[in-house]
Formats: sequence, structure tokens, C-alpha cells
Amino acid sequence: MIAAATTVDHSVNGVALTIVIILFLAVTVLGFLSMRWRHSGGGMHSLDEWGLGGRGFGTWITWFLLGGDLYTAYTFVAVPAAMFATGAVSGFFAVPYTIVVYPIIFVFMARLWSVSHTHGFVTPADFVKGRYGSRGLSLAVAITGILATMPYIALQLVGIQAVLEVLGLGGTGGKLAQDLPLLIAFAVLAAYTYSSGLRAPAAIAFVKDTLIYLVIIVAIVYLPSKVGGWHHVFDAAGEKFAKTNPATGKPVGSVIPTTASMWPYATLALGSAMALFMYPHSITAVLSSKSRNVIRRNASILPAYSFMLGLLALLGFVAIAAGTKPIGLDGQPNAQLVVPQLFEDNFPSWFAGVAFAAIAIGALVPAAIMSIAAANLFTRNIYRDFINPDATDAQEAKVSKVVSLLVKLGALAFVFTLDKTLALNFQLLGGVWILQTFPAIVFGLYTRWFHRWALLLGWAVAMVYGTITAYQQINPATGKHFGSSVGAIELIGKTGYIALTAFVINVIVAVVVTVVLRALRAPAGDDVTLPEDYRADAGDPRVKDLPELAS
Amino acid sequence: MDSSPEPRTDNGSEPTATFPLAQVVIVVVLVLIPIVALMWVSSYAKREPELWGFPFFYWYQFCWVFATAILTSIAYRIVVHHERRRVRPPSQRRAPRNPDDGSGR
Repeated sequence: MIAAATTVDHSVNGVALTIVIILFLAVTVLGFLSMRWRHSGGGMHSLDEWGLGGRGFGTWITWFLLGGDLYTAYTFVAVPAAMFATGAVSGFFAVPYTIVVYPIIFVFMARLWSVSHTHGFVTPADFVKGRYGSRGLSLAVAITGILATMPYIALQLVGIQAVLEVLGLGGTGGKLAQDLPLLIAFAVLAAYTYSSGLRAPAAIAFVKDTLIYLVIIVAIVYLPSKVGGWHHVFDAAGEKFAKTNPATGKPVGSVIPTTASMWPYATLALGSAMALFMYPHSITAVLSSKSRNVIRRNASILPAYSFMLGLLALLGFVAIAAGTKPIGLDGQPNAQLVVPQLFEDNFPSWFAGVAFAAIAIGALVPAAIMSIAAANLFTRNIYRDFINPDATDAQEAKVSKVVSLLVKLGALAFVFTLDKTLALNFQLLGGVWILQTFPAIVFGLYTRWFHRWALLLGWAVAMVYGTITAYQQINPATGKHFGSSVGAIELIGKTGYIALTAFVINVIVAVVVTVVLRALRAPAGDDVTLPEDYRADAGDPRVKDLPELAS
Repeated sequence: MDSSPEPRTDNGSEPTATFPLAQVVIVVVLVLIPIVALMWVSSYAKREPELWGFPFFYWYQFCWVFATAILTSIAYRIVVHHERRRVRPPSQRRAPRNPDDGSGR
């Protein structure tokens, strides 16, 4: 019954590799062709063309683009890996996370769409600058966005690396041979984004999601019955997690959260959900939609993604039942390899190839979108505001392209320095940072009560607290810092997601300091927005199709 | 909308008169239900009853995927219905709706 892979085969899987290369080339050609798709004539030389695809995406394209934010290496590689390694608390929280995210965006994203389209805001930092008249706060939001995107891209690189490693690329001898899959992943991503901007990911998203659905459905229908049914899958997982972890002296994990891990489970889900739509790439996708309600309609149909995510997460347990042994090129067990290894062990080479291509492209597309969005943020809110206010469109597009490359290098640095045993943690670390921009952005959509300096101070305190607390979490197995994103919550004696604890501190500081500053009558700053701007929809004369930078 | 010089430092919230309170409450409740239900982990962190081999913990959360889609769709319909009916001054009458703006597809 159990398809054991006791010996690890690091030789190249020729058939699978060929299929991956063919599918990849097909997608790349599509990417280049898409540069001409919906072309409005200006070429890819203005930031708006390269970075936002001209901002005219309707429901379906937006649906695919937003889906791209969820269907990433996070879903295919990191979540099942976490389930495989330690069970429900470190992995399955992604399901409530992706469910809860829709009610949250339903509430405020339409307002962000409207105010952005009436004022030509392209980034969250644009909005903050217009709303609070504060360059400092805008800079804080921009820097946070760029910083937080890097570990998220790092997660995508780890995903591509996992596929290449299982395919047999790279070697066991020497550091360079071991890192070869990662370096290839990086080079492909860099070349790919540099050439075609956001249009390419939008076109490729269709192909990617089709491949992904195919692979998931086959895997979910076939694998559990092959290893003995779902009942057996959960029993095998329970057996593995009941064993004692020699490094901590506690059980390895759990199939169902224990009383102590309910707080981490809930806070990881809620914190991740609140953080997701603070990322610059998510906001770019929202602003690309045609009208304010496209996003709300998407919020009511997108949960289909969450269902697939849950099934994918359970592949981590299926791998336990199947006896999958994910061993990296360095000879150490590497949970990140578990899904590719599961496919390689249990499917014919050609289908494993299709699955590998789906995973690799599924990591590549979001990574491209993320790095473009981070680059836009730099160009508009740091380069233009602080370095070269008179930049031409061509200069801005050029700076964006270079910065998107630098952001990817930053991501590479995260992969090399952080603990890779739980790649999910990369995304969670990004969440610790990006969630601290929530008060300035989301509260700002509803009220000007908060003082700009109070928001800035709250942000600063929370960033420092979050970073230090995350640094202090040491992985007992590897001894490395940033080993976990769950820490003690002071005062209430529970443990929870550090991002959410920092967020609460952020809000408390912002409220207290606002009260003080208002009492002192500190200057509140100019607000360029009007109450009705937050409700404007497509067709309203105030709503611009393109931001002013296209003129 | 005549832009009478309202003090705009205070807030950008919608005047409540344009959106009946009852509807606001319904939308808020619809949106809050899934969040509260899923954050209340102790209500579902258990193994029994199982369904097709899945512990309760798992199938219960899968059910919330669909429940949330339904609740959010209802909230969407209420909001869109209201926004359509909002009285607009003639100067700002909405241009012919673009086909992608409807609730159908």
C-alpha cells in the first residue's frame, strides 16, 4: 500500500525535465506575445504601461490576477510542507486565512478603488500622501511595502528551487552545485519580469491556473485512494505527530490544534488575512480592475480558491501516508521538497513534469507581479518624491525595471540568510512588517481622526517590536533566529502571530499619541480627498481611467 | 454633488443618510459571521464527527468556504442594489453602465 521511496535519487529525470522546459518555453512565448496584447500604443516605456497593464482589467482577468496572489509557491510548496512537518497549526491556518480575507477586502477595497481612481493614486503610499499630506508617512508605507515583499518573493524562489532540485538539477558536491537550482530560479525570474511587466503575468495566469487545476484535481482524486483513503491519511499523520521531537521534547505536531495552539491558529489566520491586501502587488491587482465593484464581486466568487488550497494543504498529510522522503541536495531532510517528491514518486514522469511546470510557473508569475509592484512603489514614492521630482516617463520606467531586479536580489539574500526549514515563515515574516501599514491605509479610508505623526510613531514602534520579537524566535532544531512567527503575547499570557500583536501595539500608540497631538493642536496636514471621492464609480466624470502620469 | 466647503479635516465617512442603517447593519453582520466563526477555534478543534474519513476540524472549515461565498454574495447584492438607487444630481449622472459592471457576467 505504501509507495516508499527509501533511496533518494538525485539523477536527472529526463522526461519530466523535457516537459517542464517545453511548457515553460510555451509560456514565455505567450509572455512576449502578450506585450502586444491590448496595446494602447505607447509602448512599454511609461511606468503605467509596464506596471499596471493600462488599468482596464475586468472581472475575469482580475479574478485570475487576484488568484495569482493566493496560488503561489505558498500554496503548493510551503503550506503542504508545513503540514507535512508539523501539522495543522503551522499549515492549515491558511484555509481560514484565505476565507477570512474576502469579507475583509469586501469592506474596504471598493473605497480604495474609488479614491485611487479619482486622484490617480497607483500605490498605497500615494493614497497615504494624499490623505495625510505627509511625505514621511508615505515614505514609511513605501519602504515597508518593498521590505515586506522581499521575503514573499523569497518564498517563490524556494518553490522554484524545490521543483528544480527534485527534477535532479544541481549536484551534491560543493556549495555552488547545491545552490544551482536556486540560482537558475532567480535568473529565469529576473529575465522574465524585466522584459514584459504585468501584462505577461496576466496572460500567463490563465495558462497557469488551468495547469494547476488539472494537477490538483488529478492529485486529489488519485493519491488518497492510492495510499489507502483519507481515514488512513489522517491516521498516518496522527501517528507521526504523536512522536516526540528530540529537539523540543514535545510532540512533533498535531492533526487538530490543542488548547495551547488555538490562539496561534486563529491569530495566524486573521493576521495573514489582514496583511494580504496591504502588499503592493495585491493593491496593484485591485486598482487594475475596471470598476469599484469588480473587487466586491470577486470577493464573493474567489473562495473557490480556498477550497483548492485546503486540498493542497492536505497533500502534506498524503505524503506522510505515502512515506515520501524529501531529502535535499545537501543530504538533509527538506520538507519544502515534499510535494514535488510526492509527484515524482507516484506519477509517471510525464505527469510529474506537468505538475512541476505548474508549480514553477505558479511561483514565477506571482514573483514577477510582486517585484513589479514593489518597484512601482519605489519609483513613485521614493525616486520621484525624494530623488528626482522631474523624472520623465522613460526614466521612471527604467528605474522601475532596475529596482525590480534589486528587489529580487533582496529576496535572494533572504533565502540565503534565513532558516529555510519552514519556508512558510518567509511569508509570515513579510506579514509582520506589512501589517503595520494597515492603520494608515485602512483607517485612513474611513477617518482623518488619526494624526499623521501618531500613525508614523505607531508604525515605527510596531516595526521595531515585530522585528525584534521575530528575531528572538529561535528554531530549536537549527538554532537559527527568525525560526517562527509565533511569539508570546505580553499581558494576556497567550502565544500568537507576532504581526497581530505588533498591530495592536501600533494602534494603541497611534490612538494615544493622536489624543495628545490633537490636544496640542499639532498641524494635521492637508487632505486632498473629499468624502464623495470614496464612493465614485466608473462612469463618474471624476474617475480617471489612467493616472495623471500617463499624460 | 455641490462641494460645499465642508470641513474636510475630520473624516471621509459616508453620510449615513445615504445608506439606511438597517442595511449597513445587515452587511456588517454578513461580513462578520465568517470571521467570528473561524476565529472561534475551540468550537471546531475536534476529531468527531468524521465525514468520509475527514475529522470534523477539516470538513467544518471546508464548509465555511462555501458559506462565506454565499454570505459575501448576499452582502454584495445589498450594496450594489443600494448604490444603483443612490440619487445622483443630474450633472453627475452615471454614464451608460459598462457591461462588466452588472451583477451577472
